[in-house]
Amino acid sequence: MQMQTLKFVKKIAPPWAAGSIPIPGGSVYKVSTDWSRADYWGMIKSRVGGFRMNYAVTPGLYAVGEPTQDSDVFVTANYKLSFDILRRELKGMNTWILVLDTKSINVWCAAGKGTFGTDELIERVGASNLDKVVTHRRLILPQLGAVGVCASEVQKKTRFRVSFGPVQARDIPAYVRAGYKKNKEMCTITFSMIDRLILTPMEINPAMKKFPWFAGGTLLLFGLQPQGILFKNAFSGGLPFLLLLLLAIVSGAFLTPALLPFIPFRSFAIKGWIMGLLAILLVVQGLVLVDVHTMPLLAMTYLFFPALSSYIALQFTGSTTFTGISGVKKELKIGIPLYAGAAGVSLIMIVVFKLREWGLV
Amino acid sequence: MKYLANVTTLNYVSEKCAGCGRCVEVCPRGVFEMLDKRAAITDKDLCMECGACAKNCEFGAISVNSGVGCAAAIINSMITGGPPSCDCSDGESSCCG
Repeated sequence: MQMQTLKFVKKIAPPWAAGSIPIPGGSVYKVSTDWSRADYWGMIKSRVGGFRMNYAVTPGLYAVGEPTQDSDVFVTANYKLSFDILRRELKGMNTWILVLDTKSINVWCAAGKGTFGTDELIERVGASNLDKVVTHRRLILPQLGAVGVCASEVQKKTRFRVSFGPVQARDIPAYVRAGYKKNKEMCTITFSMIDRLILTPMEINPAMKKFPWFAGGTLLLFGLQPQGILFKNAFSGGLPFLLLLLLAIVSGAFLTPALLPFIPFRSFAIKGWIMGLLAILLVVQGLVLVDVHTMPLLAMTYLFFPALSSYIALQFTGSTTFTGISGVKKELKIGIPLYAGAAGVSLIMIVVFKLREWGLV
Repeated sequence: MKYLANVTTLNYVSEKCAGCGRCVEVCPRGVFEMLDKRAAITDKDLCMECGACAKNCEFGAISVNSGVGCAAAIINSMITGGPPSCDCSDGESSCCG
C-alpha cells in the first residue's frame, strides 16, 4: 500500500523537486540543489554502463531558489547527470533552468549529434513561454553546446541573445560574479587524470564483452589435438594466453588512457602499442609464460598482443577532449593495414605451431 | 595535450572577420584569440575539429570539416558508408552518456 502511494507521488513530482512555483499560465517545479543518495547512485551507474541510456529528466522549465522575471536562464541537456551537476552548482542562486530534449544524452555529445541544437532550443524557448516568464532576453548555454547551437539564428528567431558560459558548471558562480565574463580556464576544456579514469569503465566494458569469444577460441585452439579436444592441453597451453589477452585489454583500455600524457608520441595507436609491448614484455619475460623456444608462439605473442592494445587504445580517441576526426582518420588509414597484417601473420604462426605440435611438419 | 600535427581542416580567413569574438567564446581549446579587434589563430594543432567556431561565425570567416573523432565511429562509417556518428553501438550501451 505504501509502495503504491510512493509510486503515485513519484509520478507527479520527481524526487529531486522541492515544491513548485507559479509562472504565467501554469507552474514549474522548483528543484533541490542537493543530491540525494539516489542521485549519487545514479551517477555511478551511468558512468559504467547501459543505465545511462534512459537516465533522463523531462524537458522544460525549472526553477532554482526564488527566481524572478529578471533572473538568469541556464540551458542544459535532459541527461539527468548533466541536469544534476547544473542544479548542484546553482546552490544559493535564484535562477531558471531550461532543459532541452537531448534524448538523455549529455551536452557535448548531444551538441555533436545536433539534438542539443538550434532548432530544439528555439522550440523549447517557445514551448515554455519563456518570453512571458522573464522580461530580459538572455540565455546562458554551456560552452560545449556551441557545437550544436548557432547563437545568431536563435537570436533571430526568439530575440533571446545566447551567451556561452563556462565549459564546467562548477565555474558558473564565478562567471556570474565576474559579470558574465569568462577567463581562459573557464573557456578551456581540460582532461585530467581523474577525467580520464572516469571514462575507462566504458573502454574496458566493451572490450571485455568480446573476451569470452577470444577465450573460448584460445582454449579450443590449444585443446584441439589429433585425438580430440583435450581439456588438459586446453588449459595448460591456453591459460597463459588468456592472461596475455587480459593484459592487452588492460593496457589498451586502462593504462594508456590513464597515463596518456606521459607516454611518448601523439598517436594513440603508437601509445597503445608501446604500453602493450611493455606490459607483454614484462609479463612474458618475468613470468616465463610462453616457452621461449616455441618460436611461432613467441612471435605471435609479440605481434598480436601489442597490436591489440594499440587498437583498443585508438578507440579512446572517441572519449578525449582534444582529438579530431582528421587525425583519427589518418591513424586508421595507416593502422588498419598494420593491424590486419599483424592478425594475419599471427594466424599463420598459430597454424605453424599446431602443425608442429601434431608432428605434421 | 595535443593530437597529431598538421591534420586539422580548420580554415580561417581573417579578411572576413568582423571582430565579434564568438570564436574565442566558443572554442574549448583556445585556438582563437583577439588581436587588434580581429580573431587570430594561436596554435592550429590545438584544434579538435568540433565545429563550434564555424557554426557560430556569422561572417563565414571560419570553416572546418567537423565530425565525430572516434575510431569506432569512423570504422563503422567505413563499413556502412554513412558519416561517422555516435550511434555505432548495439543500442544497449552507447558510449555517449
